[in-house]
Amino acid sequence: MGGSETVLLDFWPSMFGMRVRIALAEKGVEYEYKEQDLANKSSLLLEMNPIHKKIPVLIHNGKPVLESGIIVQYIDETWKDKSPLMPSDPYVRAQARFWADYVDKKVYDASKKIWMLKGEEQETAKKEFIEILKVLEGQIGEKPYFMGESFGYADIALVPFYCWFYTYETLGNFSIEKECPKLIAWAKRCMQKDSVSKTLPDSHKLYEAFLEMKKKFGL
Amino acid sequence: MAVDEVKLLGFWGSPFALRVEWALRLKGIEYEYVEEDLSNKSLMLLQYNPWYKKVPVLVHNGKPIVESLVIIEYIDETWKNHPLLPEDPFERATSRFWAKFVDDKFVPLIIKMSSSTREQKDKVAEEAREILKTLESCLNLNKPFYGGKIIGFMDIAVAWIGIWAPMLEKIIDVKLLNEEYMPLLNTWFSDVLEVLVIKECVPPLDELLAHYKDYYDRFMATKA
Repeated sequence: MGGSETVLLDFWPSMFGMRVRIALAEKGVEYEYKEQDLANKSSLLLEMNPIHKKIPVLIHNGKPVLESGIIVQYIDETWKDKSPLMPSDPYVRAQARFWADYVDKKVYDASKKIWMLKGEEQETAKKEFIEILKVLEGQIGEKPYFMGESFGYADIALVPFYCWFYTYETLGNFSIEKECPKLIAWAKRCMQKDSVSKTLPDSHKLYEAFLEMKKKFGL
Repeated sequence: MAVDEVKLLGFWGSPFALRVEWALRLKGIEYEYVEEDLSNKSLMLLQYNPWYKKVPVLVHNGKPIVESLVIIEYIDETWKNHPLLPEDPFERATSRFWAKFVDDKFVPLIIKMSSSTREQKDKVAEEAREILKTLESCLNLNKPFYGGKIIGFMDIAVAWIGIWAPMLEKIIDVKLLNEEYMPLLNTWFSDVLEVLVIKECVPPLDELLAHYKDYYDRFMATKA
């Protein structure tokens, strides 16, 4: 089975792309990574995702799979023989899906407000963001990972945001570790896994790149 | 054999609670339905869903599950008869994609349309029609139900549009479903809604219309 049967269209700073990269690494899947220029979308991207025109897109045996959470589940169901990403019990699996969905609904939009807003509005945005992180931190509790002993779907949904924390902290002038020490401890635990540490870019490099993008796109 | 205790906290006018009921009924699962007064939410609802405080909530042997699509997948994995999601991973991903597409793209537009001024609503309706046209593009002519001849996940995730769209068209005076350029969509919805188990479990349409009309009229009055 050659690597060309599995292709990932992605953009290196994307937390959503990182979720897919972590899942593929957990499963030891060989694939071809194709970096996308989001300012100048490739015909392949537009062909494979005409509806949203977004990354990540996993192309497996010529067919596109879209939406990071759906792609991670697809990866788990296709490469079944190692590293299960979903819990085996249906109730715990439902919890994992709920928390990944909660991350989707809450974290990204709240984080955007931190770097888009100023003054009072930014203060409110920071508070809102921390509240959301505290809920997630509370959910992990004393467990090593979201659902217990095994790293999985819900962890994969949230951990890519960890490399973005430095950017939010710098632009928002606050410390996430101070507010949510247990969440940072969880993130560092995830980073002990190769699949995570080899996927997440360096926080400082990401911050520099983000400043570039901000300037370039006038964000 | 231990008896399963299944309870559904719902609201009669909610399409999200409705699709969970469809999933339960397709599998022949016995459940207790608890009607929630959304203007006065029960302690039970607030305890079971502190994060969103919304219906539906499925309570299985005392354990709550929230978010309708998460609930439907849980039902499918717990009661294995009449499988809702296909077996093939790619087909499963496709079903999940379209269900999410409708929830992420169409639902906010309906909400926006219901709270738009007369000037704005036509523009929002245009956007909503584009979403429906995209949905139509995924339907295969040969399959009366999406994914084959057996009603499944995508059908019950999305068929509520067949009830809510015509109702909103009447209340808001917009065009959403168009038989001329969305023929497959119309046929699909009516085929799903004809399935006996589904048909038996649909809110009384005149009451639904009155309920939404009342909400809309009150909103428009604030804009006058």
